[in-house]
Amino acid sequence: MSVPTRSRRSLPSSPLAWVAATMLASLVLLALAGPLVWGAAADRPDPSAVLQGPSAAHPFGTDNLGRDLLARVLTAARPSLLLALSATLLGAAGGVVLGASTAVVGPRTRRWLATLINLLLAFPALLVALFLAVVLGAGAGGALFALAVASVPGFARLAQTLAAGVSGTDYLAAARVLGLRRHRLLRRHVLPNIAEPLLLSTTMAAGTALVALAGLSFLGLGVQPPAYDWGQLLNQGLDRVYAQPLPALAPGLAILYAALTFQLLGEVLAGSAARRAHAPQSPPTAPLPATLPAPLPVPDGPAGDDHVLQDHVLQVEDLTIELPTPAGVIRPVRGVSLSLRAGEIVGLVGESGSGKSLTALALAGLLPEHARVGRRTHRLLGADLTAMTRKERHHHLATGLAVIFQNPASALNPSLRIATQLTEAIRTHRGASRTEAAAQAEAALRRVALPPSLLRSRPHQLSGGQRQRVMIASGLMVRPALIIADEPTTALDVTVQRQITELLSDVRRDTSAAVLFISHDVALVAGLCERVLVMYAGTVVESLPADRLATATRHPYTRALVESVPDLTADRDRPLRTVEGGPPDPLAPAAGCPFQPRCPHRRHRCAEDVPALTDLDPGHRVACWYPLPAPAKATAS
Amino acid sequence: MTALTLCQVTVRYDGPHGPVTAVDGVSLDIPAGTTVGLVGESGSGKSSLARAVVGLTPLSGGRIILDGREVGGRTVRARRHLGRRVQVVFQDPDTALDPRMTVRQTLEEAATAFRRLDRRARSERVAGLLDLVGLDPRLADRLPRQLSGGQRQRVAITRALAVEPDVLIADEITSALDVSVQASVLNTIRRLQRQLGLSMLFIGHNLPAVCYVSDVVAVMHRGRIVETAPTTALLRDPQHPYTRALLTSVPILNAPPPGEPAAPALPALPALPALPDEKLS
Ligand SMILES: Nc1ncnc2c1ncn2[C@@H]1O[C@H](COP(=O)(O)OP(=O)(O)OP(=O)(O)O)[C@@H](O)[C@H]1O
Ligand code: SF4
Ligand SMILES: [Mg+2]
Repeated sequence: MSVPTRSRRSLPSSPLAWVAATMLASLVLLALAGPLVWGAAADRPDPSAVLQGPSAAHPFGTDNLGRDLLARVLTAARPSLLLALSATLLGAAGGVVLGASTAVVGPRTRRWLATLINLLLAFPALLVALFLAVVLGAGAGGALFALAVASVPGFARLAQTLAAGVSGTDYLAAARVLGLRRHRLLRRHVLPNIAEPLLLSTTMAAGTALVALAGLSFLGLGVQPPAYDWGQLLNQGLDRVYAQPLPALAPGLAILYAALTFQLLGEVLAGSAARRAHAPQSPPTAPLPATLPAPLPVPDGPAGDDHVLQDHVLQVEDLTIELPTPAGVIRPVRGVSLSLRAGEIVGLVGESGSGKSLTALALAGLLPEHARVGRRTHRLLGADLTAMTRKERHHHLATGLAVIFQNPASALNPSLRIATQLTEAIRTHRGASRTEAAAQAEAALRRVALPPSLLRSRPHQLSGGQRQRVMIASGLMVRPALIIADEPTTALDVTVQRQITELLSDVRRDTSAAVLFISHDVALVAGLCERVLVMYAGTVVESLPADRLATATRHPYTRALVESVPDLTADRDRPLRTVEGGPPDPLAPAAGCPFQPRCPHRRHRCAEDVPALTDLDPGHRVACWYPLPAPAKATAS
Repeated sequence: MTALTLCQVTVRYDGPHGPVTAVDGVSLDIPAGTTVGLVGESGSGKSSLARAVVGLTPLSGGRIILDGREVGGRTVRARRHLGRRVQVVFQDPDTALDPRMTVRQTLEEAATAFRRLDRRARSERVAGLLDLVGLDPRLADRLPRQLSGGQRQRVAITRALAVEPDVLIADEITSALDVSVQASVLNTIRRLQRQLGLSMLFIGHNLPAVCYVSDVVAVMHRGRIVETAPTTALLRDPQHPYTRALLTSVPILNAPPPGEPAAPALPALPALPALPDEKLS
C-alpha cells in the first residue's frame, strides 16, 4: 500500500495542487531573486521623476524620491515573506512546545498549563500584537516578536488538543514505563503523531501573519524607513491613492497573492492528508492477482431446501453482499444460505471480519445504503421479502424480527426514557394506545427480570447487563418470530453473560421465537445452541449439531478453531493449537477453497475448485473436498 | 529472579460524586519465577492495579515491594528505576504501538532505553527479540498498521521484553483478539515463562485463558481480592461465592446438549443488583 501513497504525496494530483505549487514556486523565486535583480533599481533615487504615475519606464510609477515602484514591490517580497515566516515559526514553536508538553508532564503541571493556555486565549490575538508592537517600539524586530507572541496561544491550544489524543494511548504509557525522559517522549512519540495537522495550520497561519505584519507596517509600527516591506509601500502609496491608485494597489495585490498562496497550500495539504487517512489500512498480503476470480458457484442445498418450508421462520438462500470501499468493491458475504425453524436456536460463529454481522444486518434489512445485496430467497414467516416493496418489507421486518446488538449503550438513545424506547415500535407499527403500550412494556420488563420502576430511568442509569436486558425487552415488545442477537454478551462479564444467555433460552422456550445467536465464542455457542454454522471469509464452511463441536467437527478450519480455545482443564504443558497466517484479503479473494492457504490438509484440487456445502449426514454439512474423518464414538451417539 | 509484592495497594480517582475507590487495599505476592493470574469482572479495578504498579497511576495508599525494597513511581527518576525491572503490556493492540514507528524503531527504542548498544548489537538484538516471540524477522521494517492484531500484540510483548525486565505485567493482552490469535499469544507467553523465568502478573477476564498461563490465580471483585489460590486448587475447590459464580458461568465446550440444564442452576450468583447501586458505574 505504501507505493501509491508515496507517489500521491510527491506529485500534486489535482489542478488546485498544481496552482498552489506554482504560486509557491513563484513566491520563493521572487524572494530569492528579487533583491538581486531589482534591488539596485529599487534604491536608485531619481530627482527628475518624483511621484510619477505609471509610464513605460516605470510601470507602477515612482515614489517621492523618484524610485521605481515596480522594482520596490518586487524587492519587498523577500523581507515581507521572511518576516511573516519567522513570526509564524517562532509563534508555532512556542505554542507547540507549550501545548504538546501537556501530554508528557505530570497531572498538576498539566492543569497549570491548561489554565495558562485558557488564560492566554482570552486575549484577542490582534490586540495583543498591537499592544506589544507599541510597547516594544516601532521596528521590524518588535513587530515580528509581537506577532509571534500573539499567535502562541492559538498554536498552544491546537497542539494541546492534538496531544491529548496521543496522551491517552497505550504506546505513550508503554514509553513512560520504559522510563523515557520527557523531551524524548515529546520528540519521539508526541510530535511526530501531531505534526501533520500542525503543519497545515502553520501554513495557513503564515498567510495571516503576512497580512498582519503588513498591517503593522502600514500603521507605522512595523518596518521603518529606509527599509521597506509591502505594508510600508502600501502606506506610502495610500497618500495619493485618489490621484494614482496603482502605487497603493500593487503592494496590496502582492500581499493578497502571497496570503492566497499560503491559504491554498494549506487546503491542498489538508485535502491530501484526508485522502491518506481514508486509504485502506489492511495488512499487506500476497501480490494481488490481476483479475478477480469468477463468482463463486452457488452451493447447492439438498433438494428439500429449495421449496418453501412452511415451519421455517426464516429462510435465506445464497445471500451475497457487495460493499464499495475506497480501495475497491469487496464481497464480505458470499453465498450464505440458512434457515431457522420456530423455537430453534442456531449459533453463527467465526472470527472477526468473517461476515457474521453483515449477514445479520442483511437479514434485518439494516445494511448501509450503499451495500448491494443479492439473494435467491429471503422469506420471513413464509412471506417473500424479495417480492415486497421497500415499505412493506420494512413493516414486515419491524414486526417479525428483533435485533439485539453487541453494544447496548449505543443501541439505546441516551436522552430518552426506557419507557419511550420500549413503546416506540408497537405504537408506530401496531398502533397501540399509550396505556396499552405502557402495560405491555411493564410486562416485557418483568419478562427480563427487571423492576417496572425502571421504565422511568434513562439508559446511563443502568448497568451494562441491565441495558442488554432492556434491549431484549424492547425486542420482545413486537412479539418477534425471530430474534437475531449479534454478540449480545461480548461487552459483558461472564456472570452477566450467563444470565443473558439463560434469559434468551427462556424467551425462546416460552414464546417459541427462533434465535440466531452470533458470537465468536465457540464454547458459549456450543453450550447454548442446537445447531451451529461456522463462517469463514464470508462463506458457511460447516453446519453441524452443537454437541458435535467439541469432538466431531469435520472441516479443518472448525477443528482448528475449536482446538485453539483453552478450557479450564487445558493441559498447561501442551501448546494450544494455532492456525498460521490470516484470513484472505477481501479485496483479492483467491480461487479455490477460501481456507486453502492455511489448511494443513490441502491438496491440488483445493486451490482450483471451491468446495460447496454438502451433506455428510442429515444435520451435518461441510464445505470441504477432504473432510476430516469422524471420530468413531461421535457417530454412535 | 525477582519477587514482586503488593502491600495494601489502594487507588482512588476523583469521580463526579466524590472519590471513587478503584483498588481497595489489595495485597498480592508474586514469587520469583511464577505467574499470578488476576481475574475479575470489568470495572473491578484490574487495570487500575496494573497501572499503579508501574507508576502510571499514583498510589493513594500501600506499597510496592521489589525483592524486599520498596519502589515508587512518582518521579521520572523513580519510574526509570522501576521501568528497568517491571514492564507492562496493555489490552488494545490498536493503540499499543506508535503508528509512526516501525517495529524495528520501537524495539530499538526499548532496547536502548537503559543501555547503550552500537548499531550492530542493536540489529542483532531486534532479530533475537523477534525470534523470541516467534515473529518473522522480515516484519521488522513494517509499520503497526501493516501488522495483524496478533502480530501487533506480540510486538508489544517484545517491546516490554526488550529491556529484560524481571517482572512482566500483562493487562488483558488477549481480550481484543480472536480465539485462534489468542492461542498463539498464550503459547508465546508460556514459552517465555519457561525460557526466561519471568515473574508475571497476568490480568484477564477470560478465566480459561488466565488459568492456562498462571500458577496461582487471584480473584478480584469490586476493588478487592476475594480469593487467591494455586490454579488447580482454585478450580477444584473454590472458596468464595463470587469465585464459584465465576466458575459456573464459564461456557464449556464439552457441555451436555441443551435441553438438560448446561450446568447446575446459579444459587451463588449475586441477585440482580438494585438500580441505585448501579448508578455509580
Ligand atoms: N460498512 C462497511 N463498509 C465496508 N466494509 C465493511 C463494512 N462493514 C463491514 N465491512 C467489512 O466486511 C467484512 C465482514 O464484516 P462483519 O462486520 O460482518 O464481520 P464480523 O464477522 O461480524 O466480525 P466481528 O467478529 O469483528 O464482529 C469485514 O472485512 C469488514 O471490514
Ligand atoms: S477444501 Fe481443501 S483446503 Fe479447503 S478446507 Fe478442505 S482440505 Fe482444506
Ligand atoms: Mg460483528
